[in-house]
Amino acid sequence: MSASPPEIRFDDVVKTFGGAARAAVNGVTLSIPGGTFAVILGPSGCGKTTLLKTVNRLIEPSSGFIFVGGVDTASVDPVRLRRGMGYVIQNVGLFPHMTVSENIATVPRLVGQDDAQIRRRVDELIDVVHLPPAEYRERRPRALSGGQQQRVGLARALAADPPILLMDEPFGAVDAIERTHLQDEVAALHAQRARTVLFVTHDVDEAFRLADLLIVMRDGRVEQSAPPLAMLARPATAFVSDLIGADDVVRRLRAIHVSAALEPAGETDAADEPSVDSHASLGDALSLLLDGAARLAVRDGADLRGVITVAGILRAARRGATAS
Amino acid sequence: MHLVAQSLDFALSHRPEIVVALRQHIALSAAAIAAASAICLPLGVAASRRPWGRSVITAVNAVRVIPSLALLAFVLPWLGLGFTSALIALIVLACPPILVNTDIAFRGVDQYAIEAARAMGMSDAQILLRVQTPLALPVVFSGLRLASIEVVASATLATLIGAGGLGDIIMAGLELEQPAELLVGSLLAALLAVAAAAAFSAGERLAVARS
Repeated sequence: MSASPPEIRFDDVVKTFGGAARAAVNGVTLSIPGGTFAVILGPSGCGKTTLLKTVNRLIEPSSGFIFVGGVDTASVDPVRLRRGMGYVIQNVGLFPHMTVSENIATVPRLVGQDDAQIRRRVDELIDVVHLPPAEYRERRPRALSGGQQQRVGLARALAADPPILLMDEPFGAVDAIERTHLQDEVAALHAQRARTVLFVTHDVDEAFRLADLLIVMRDGRVEQSAPPLAMLARPATAFVSDLIGADDVVRRLRAIHVSAALEPAGETDAADEPSVDSHASLGDALSLLLDGAARLAVRDGADLRGVITVAGILRAARRGATAS
Repeated sequence: MHLVAQSLDFALSHRPEIVVALRQHIALSAAAIAAASAICLPLGVAASRRPWGRSVITAVNAVRVIPSLALLAFVLPWLGLGFTSALIALIVLACPPILVNTDIAFRGVDQYAIEAARAMGMSDAQILLRVQTPLALPVVFSGLRLASIEVVASATLATLIGAGGLGDIIMAGLELEQPAELLVGSLLAALLAVAAAAAFSAGERLAVARS
């Protein structure tokens, strides 16, 4: 599993459901580079969930192609295709007749791993999603809170270490505080082990917190696809501008991670230079820059990760915009 | 107390006849439940997965309003007297609760659990076996339980078309105006119905625990 995560590419994908007057997905052509955390954002009914489900073939497109790692998914056995993709949905869909550990072990069992291996992996995963294994391993899903259930759902999706993760409004039914925790954990997971993530949401704050690549959909089409900072700087249409609240730049910058505009530090590394933590947002960084600092060191503990400057933020904003 | 003593006396003095009647009753009921299950469990699963399922269930539910006595009268002209006629009538009687409950049980399985199972790369057979069936079992078993009670109770009418069973004892009691005989026959039929229901409850617990 050391191979780099695969690209997902949509080529003129159309999906019209039987009896529907207009297409749910109407000609989407889009590339999500391997390892990208891509967030599809849009109002309900825009086709974002339908598009997501074409990737693991829970929905077959009416026309067009989807390539995963360069392979046309229509040519792959859907059961095999799905084993390589984690899937997390708002309603979680845990198996109520199984314990937490049996739920998480579903895919490892399907692929025939041995008991000792499965047990180790389950404990590891329960730990990854921050549930104490000893306490939760043998519980049934109905004995868990909504947030805990979704943690188990996430652990189950990660069990076979899939290079692709598909998430459909996974935190939509979770309370606000727990949602923020889960978002942080998903971001941390992505930082540890890059997967190609396709994450559907209608929550703009969530989209800005998580996305490397933001895809705005409307009426079955992609309205704009760009890094969040670039989309904020140059929304392609009035619809995108309204949806993402582009006029409230400060609020959005608070959600975007400093890494979006990080530049190399060069050889200078003055210890007394003003600095921010590597988990800070661009909003935090900008406030410090507006206070008069010419540049900010971004530090992860004692390690220097890079620097942030106003010019660098502007450069990053322009960089993505031309790519859309 | 008089009646109880008389009943006990009757039961002890007519043990061979009672055992024969009991055996016939059990054989008839068990055969009817087994045949109805063999037909209706797969049919119910199929109905739950297909659009035509609803109309089949509606039609079967309509059959339910036919009283068991009328059913017996219905099969008589075609199949004549005897075990086969009674068996077929009881199968027809047992089918609706099994079919309807199986359909409802499988329709009722959390669709998101099924979606998650499919997305994890389970085949249709694996989803049916590992997810849908265990979750559907309690409602399926309650259909079986209901059917077994109806069948055991209605099998007392089999005597009317010469198929024997505990009905023989009950009818004899009626005709001979022997309340003790009547009571023994009825009580045994009632106990048998309770035993059948208990057996399916035990079966359900076992199946749910193992799945």
